[in-house]
Amino acid sequence: MPEGYEGVIGLEIHVQLSTRTKMFCGCELSFGDEPNTHTCPICLGHPGTLPVTNEQAVRYALQIALALGCEPAARSIFHRKNYFYPDLPKGYQISQYDIPLASEGRLGDVRIHRVHLEEDAAKLIHLGESGRIHGSAASLVDFNRGGTPLVEIVTEPDLRSPTEAREWAQLMRTTVKQLGVSDVNMEEGSLRCDANVSVRRAGAEQLGTKTELKNMNSFRFLERGITAELERQASLLESGEQVEQETFHFDPRTGALTPLRSKEYAHDYRYFPEPDLVPLAPTEEMLRTARQALPELPAERRERYQAELGLPEVTARQLAFDAELGAYFERALNASRQGTVAEGPAPEPRTIANWVTGELVGRLREAGDGEVDPVSSKVSPEALAALAGMVESNQVTTGAARQVLATLVAEGGGPAEIVEREGLAQMSDAGELEAMVDRAIEAEPVAAEKVKAGNPKAIGPIVGAVMRETKGRADGGQVTRLIQQKLGLD
Amino acid sequence: MSAEILELTVAEALRRIEAGELAADEYFDTYAGAAHDEELNAYLRVQRRSDEPRTTNEGADAALRGVPIAVKDIFCTEGIETTAGSRILEGYRPPYTATAVRRLADAGARLLGKTNMDEFAMGSSNENSGYGPVLNPWDRERVPGGSSGGSAAAVAGRAAPWAIGTDTGGSIRQPASLCGIVGLKPTYGAVSRYGMIAFASSLDQCGPLTRDVRDAALLLRATEGRDRCDSTSVGIEGGVTLPSRESLEGLRFGVPQELSAEAEGIEAGVSEVFGRTLTLIEELGGKVDECELPHAAHGLSAYYVLAPAEASANLARYDGVRFGPRADADGDLIAMYERTRAEGFGAEVKRRIMLGTYALSSGYYEAYYGRAQRVRTKIADDFRNAFERFDYLVTPTSPTVAFRLGERTADPLAMYLSDFCTVPMSLAGIPAISLPAGLAEPSGGGPKLPVGFQIAGPAFGESGLLDAAHALERAIGFDTRPPGVSS
Repeated sequence: MPEGYEGVIGLEIHVQLSTRTKMFCGCELSFGDEPNTHTCPICLGHPGTLPVTNEQAVRYALQIALALGCEPAARSIFHRKNYFYPDLPKGYQISQYDIPLASEGRLGDVRIHRVHLEEDAAKLIHLGESGRIHGSAASLVDFNRGGTPLVEIVTEPDLRSPTEAREWAQLMRTTVKQLGVSDVNMEEGSLRCDANVSVRRAGAEQLGTKTELKNMNSFRFLERGITAELERQASLLESGEQVEQETFHFDPRTGALTPLRSKEYAHDYRYFPEPDLVPLAPTEEMLRTARQALPELPAERRERYQAELGLPEVTARQLAFDAELGAYFERALNASRQGTVAEGPAPEPRTIANWVTGELVGRLREAGDGEVDPVSSKVSPEALAALAGMVESNQVTTGAARQVLATLVAEGGGPAEIVEREGLAQMSDAGELEAMVDRAIEAEPVAAEKVKAGNPKAIGPIVGAVMRETKGRADGGQVTRLIQQKLGLD
Repeated sequence: MSAEILELTVAEALRRIEAGELAADEYFDTYAGAAHDEELNAYLRVQRRSDEPRTTNEGADAALRGVPIAVKDIFCTEGIETTAGSRILEGYRPPYTATAVRRLADAGARLLGKTNMDEFAMGSSNENSGYGPVLNPWDRERVPGGSSGGSAAAVAGRAAPWAIGTDTGGSIRQPASLCGIVGLKPTYGAVSRYGMIAFASSLDQCGPLTRDVRDAALLLRATEGRDRCDSTSVGIEGGVTLPSRESLEGLRFGVPQELSAEAEGIEAGVSEVFGRTLTLIEELGGKVDECELPHAAHGLSAYYVLAPAEASANLARYDGVRFGPRADADGDLIAMYERTRAEGFGAEVKRRIMLGTYALSSGYYEAYYGRAQRVRTKIADDFRNAFERFDYLVTPTSPTVAFRLGERTADPLAMYLSDFCTVPMSLAGIPAISLPAGLAEPSGGGPKLPVGFQIAGPAFGESGLLDAAHALERAIGFDTRPPGVSS
């Protein structure tokens, strides 16, 4: 973006709830099943059918609302949102409008405008090259998805950059993931993230005209889509042109943003209260249960990691705000505390944390294609905790431990066996090490003389020779000290 | 013999069946024959006894013992074509049965047939049916009222012993009035709406059309109750007791001036019968006094915003995608929608979809829908206030007796006025019954026709309402048999 402009971004997030049945009928939820096998007269919109609210969905939605610090409304109502489309069997979507389930929350630095409940549309499959309804040879409807409970979360426009937006969306995902109320999988569509984007002169109070970006089905695409749109808007403003209010479809294959035809989105939805449903009034019991079911949320977890485990802020944040990494760390921590992983004292949480966020993530990133998922890697949290413990208690050197980790990533298994098998245990026999040091000094007389003459850097080749001979099993510091002793320098 | 069977009330037929004096099959077959032969166009489909084993429970506990019942074609019946009087549902066979119909079947009743109606229950004359108008058994040049005109004509014309219909703004009471039978609109929420094809969801309610008050109570008893498929259903607490009252001693009847004396367009003959009935109430020991419903006169205006608004959404599902006829449009989606709906819906339905869509449009919502909702609240308050002074409120059911076919089809507003006296109760959600109170000459002259007398009561007070109606019915002694119906 050109100098002097500022991006303003708000997100609209849809979360498919993982209830057993749909929002307003008894059909079971499914993903990937044969099309149109989870349908009934109600979710197909047959004449005379009526919706009945899924209580579990309300409970899950309340959990999300509370986790986002929102105030649940004592009494919220459903509205009908009217428009014609083949994926909408009733010709209206049951959603919420002026009185949502909950409002006015906060997650991290971003204010939550509202949280509401609604039903998902069915899935359209367009045959032909375009992949869109216009120009397709035929379109098929799969009603399995139709009626899935959705929670819509709308933020205030508090985000300022594409990276901020991506990081915050990931935090949102972690938060919901920890509640256990959704799979929150962007590729499968159980988490969808639309962005409202505008650009203004830096320091300006007033918001610019916003556009809406849809269909960004990964966090990377979210960041890329917003980046592209900010650029586009800024260059329009730069050349004195106006931003038009419109909606763009993000194409994951090309990264291009194409405006939707006005017929596809320019609706007067004619909202009015859904007469088939009674108002949603959560009971005291429902609110209490939802509160009690709240797990430790990312912000709390970060605080605990810093205060109780003594982790540095960056590490604490990384572990707390990434659902998978955090879960992995928790398991490793538990394993080490229960003393099930290795002999000797449990490693410091800080050591485990460093091995998770530093060594393991780095190694997985090298091995994989950028996507890091420690949980599905071959390295079990127990194995990693054991390895950290072995390093801390000087059973292996850091260097040797890295070799062990490489083997774990490739093959899995237990670190103790790998150390045993590959002979990587730290040398504890002082006599054996001393003999090696003597041999190395003999082998590098020039270097030895230089060190003695007052050039400490010249010690390198001698240390190197020892390390080669020990295959990394000796501690570098210890070796250096020993050489200096032998050369009479301490 | 068969003609005599057709004159029995259902309660009497049940007594005879129980006593072994009448075979349930004979009772059914007699009506099946009458329904098959009727010339009023009251039925869209008639069932035979052999068609009807599925949902029937004729065990000793089954209170309704195999008696036939006519069902308005707005109720879904599994595997049996259900059209709501519309061409857009031609050939539609629902995959499920409406709760009210299922309850009747569970109680032992047998489906006699599906009755004709105004398309999607929109109309007051049955001339809006996609399958031709229904004729009034009292005068075949006149309408039976609507929208439950087929049900009313079948019951009055001895082609059904009783029937269920639906009432949104008067669609049970007004045709009952025009056909000289009893029609009850229960409290909103008394009977499940599940499987009842929606016109205006916040107003629609299923109710009985019968030849006397006792049968109405029987039928309500078999259909009412909370249904977990309808979140707005609550049932009637304590159930429905069968009426037995013979006097009206101790009961106070209010006469809302806005819906009777002061109302325009009430025919002289209707006024006369209404006045006579008030006198009868006093003779039975009831007290009659004037009362006010200050906002009731605005009921019709509010109704014609709210009901079309809800209908515009309720009828959006008829899009040709999943069921019903689909027009060909060369693969263009919007054109397919437009043609399917242009061909499938009749003029009145289109008019109301337009009205409702307009009323909900951005920028107009507050002025129309919002204001109409507030009027509705005021009307409900008016009734609540009135019921502090009165046990029941009484009005004519319809401002006129049955009018001629075609008489009001060119003038929608004149047609809408047919429901002037019934709409306020619908907006308030309270129960109201229409009783045949006598005969009156139509304003243009001609043979005398039935006049309905409406009694409205407080929400969920159906048992008391039926009891009072029963006492009055006995005193009126109306003969529900139209002239010319063979006996």
